[in-house]
Amino acid sequence: MPATLNTEPNIAAADDFYEALIETHRDLAPEQSGLVNAKLILLLANHIGDLDVLRQAMAHARAGIAPVGDGSAGVAGPPARAAPVGGPRKEAS
Amino acid sequence: MAGHASAADMIREATDANIDYQRLELAYARCADQDAAQPARHPVIVVGAGPVGLTMAIDLARQAIPVVVLDDDCRLSTGSRAICFAKRTLEIWDRLGVGQRMVDKGVSWSVGKVFFQDALVYAFNLLPEGGHHRPAFINLQQYYCEGYLYEAAAALPNVDLRWKSRVVALEHRAGHVELEVQTPEGAYRLHGEYVVACDGSRSPLRTMLGQEARGRTFHDRFLIADVRMSADFPAERWFWFDPPFHRNQSVLLHRQPDNVWRIDFQLGWNVDPDEEKKPSNVIPRIKALLGGDARFELEWVSVYTFACQRMERFRHGRVIFAGDAAHGVSPFGARGANSGVQDADNLGWKLGLVLAGKAPDRLLDSYGAEREFAADENILNSTRSTDFITPKSEVSRTFRDAVLKLAQDHPFARRLVNSGRLSVPATLSRSWLNTPDRDACAGAMTPGAPAADAPVRVDGCDAWFLQQLRGVFVVVVFSDDGSLASGTASALRKLAQQVIPIAAIVVVPPGAPQDAGTGGVVPEGGARGIAVVEDVQGLLARRYDACVGTCYLLRPDQHVCARWRAFDADAVIAALARATCNA
Repeated sequence: MPATLNTEPNIAAADDFYEALIETHRDLAPEQSGLVNAKLILLLANHIGDLDVLRQAMAHARAGIAPVGDGSAGVAGPPARAAPVGGPRKEAS
Repeated sequence: MAGHASAADMIREATDANIDYQRLELAYARCADQDAAQPARHPVIVVGAGPVGLTMAIDLARQAIPVVVLDDDCRLSTGSRAICFAKRTLEIWDRLGVGQRMVDKGVSWSVGKVFFQDALVYAFNLLPEGGHHRPAFINLQQYYCEGYLYEAAAALPNVDLRWKSRVVALEHRAGHVELEVQTPEGAYRLHGEYVVACDGSRSPLRTMLGQEARGRTFHDRFLIADVRMSADFPAERWFWFDPPFHRNQSVLLHRQPDNVWRIDFQLGWNVDPDEEKKPSNVIPRIKALLGGDARFELEWVSVYTFACQRMERFRHGRVIFAGDAAHGVSPFGARGANSGVQDADNLGWKLGLVLAGKAPDRLLDSYGAEREFAADENILNSTRSTDFITPKSEVSRTFRDAVLKLAQDHPFARRLVNSGRLSVPATLSRSWLNTPDRDACAGAMTPGAPAADAPVRVDGCDAWFLQQLRGVFVVVVFSDDGSLASGTASALRKLAQQVIPIAAIVVVPPGAPQDAGTGGVVPEGGARGIAVVEDVQGLLARRYDACVGTCYLLRPDQHVCARWRAFDADAVIAALARATCNA
């Protein structure tokens, strides 16, 4: 059976973690923060390793966020879709 | 052709080293078919004399099938096109007797290096283990590749090469295809039982059949500059992301024979290709890479774009598409010409059996299924490489740069760096020609896999395993001392005498006597139809997960079609029937 993404509380010192996360970005320009976040995601993804779990996390992160452009600058792709009427959908969990 | 030496003269007068294949003019010659009252009928007509068409023609001709090759031009490749020929391609050309010449002229390499900005990120070795005849890759200009294939084809009496012969119409008739061929002396008609369309990415035959190749076109341009210079860079593939000498783009450097270096500069989409091709614009880019003092001559400049695409079906009745006509990829990964040569390798033995009446026509459907599967694998890899090299969005670029930065210190990130996943042959795991494993077998040599090479000794001489497979079905039996169970030797000899013969190879361990005993035993040098090879380093047994008794059935194109833990003649015969659609 594929492993399941743990979305129950799992970090004992939750506030410490959150503070450290924000602190990691202190004094950075948005572009620099973007790079830090990308590196962080890659490091954590490698630590998790299980692609099933990673796909679940990506789906959770993406759920309810409607695309605004065609997301494929520079590539012939599907036409831009309008955001769905009725606001963000509630993710299934 | 006045003013030009004929091809034959040039070959006679020149040695290998100084034939200028880019200048070679292949003369149009009138043929008897043009004066025939009725269109002449040929078993196979190959359209296109590029690397794929010529490989196809040689393969068929070596099976004693007469082949007509039609090409609309009178020249081989010019300039800088395909340059990287993969191990598997060399093994196919070895089977066709042209591999050694390619390797002798080519620059062999196995190591790639990836740079990000001004630092080396990591180096990879595409063939880290020894015990293979051929290197991971050779670099060789396409005109040499085509020149050697052309000479091999022209030396075969049953290959009929017709230059300046353009197919202008195609029609399916009962039992054959009718082609109309335009020549400098007018048009004539020709019938082929089968037509193999190797006529390139813009395939006129594909258009004539109302077919298209569909996929993704990438909005990016790359400049090719070939320079001639003496440089002491090693024979490695060097790839730069965002280097100081070409900011925000990528650069690829390859060494070719004759002190020619190929450099690919990514340009982005919004450039004027004609401007970029001007030496006054190209030379500063090259000097930025090589240093201002570098001395070089510019050999070739072009700008290219590319698409990842394929035809939905490679077979359309009696017209079968191969190479770029059937599928296209980005150049990152060397999966274009290499996959085309594998197409020809896959089709050759199938056409041979069908034309000989030894297999039904639907064996040719398996060509489509197997090579469409392989094309999807190539397109997937090529598309992923291109998305890494040419990020399509800000966030894609951020992740790309994050991977490259992490890769300098963290091994995990090196696995994510994608400067091209270099061509390896597809394992045709879903092919209906395979017999699924019945016994417990491990390792990479699963049904559908291309057979791995290993060093062997045959009749006391060092050799390679793949050299022992000579374009026929082969049953390979691993033995402990060369002796076979009574009845096995005679069963193997019977297999060699079937309608579709199966050659037999008995593998003995290192140091085992090859002439052990008598009676049901393979005598020295092998009995008629049974060859004995010594697994001189034990690599063959390891690569084939073999123990005493393990048995493989290999196809004429050297793909595994079945394997067992013990030889069973009935099982081999059933697997052969399955692999030839005779089941």
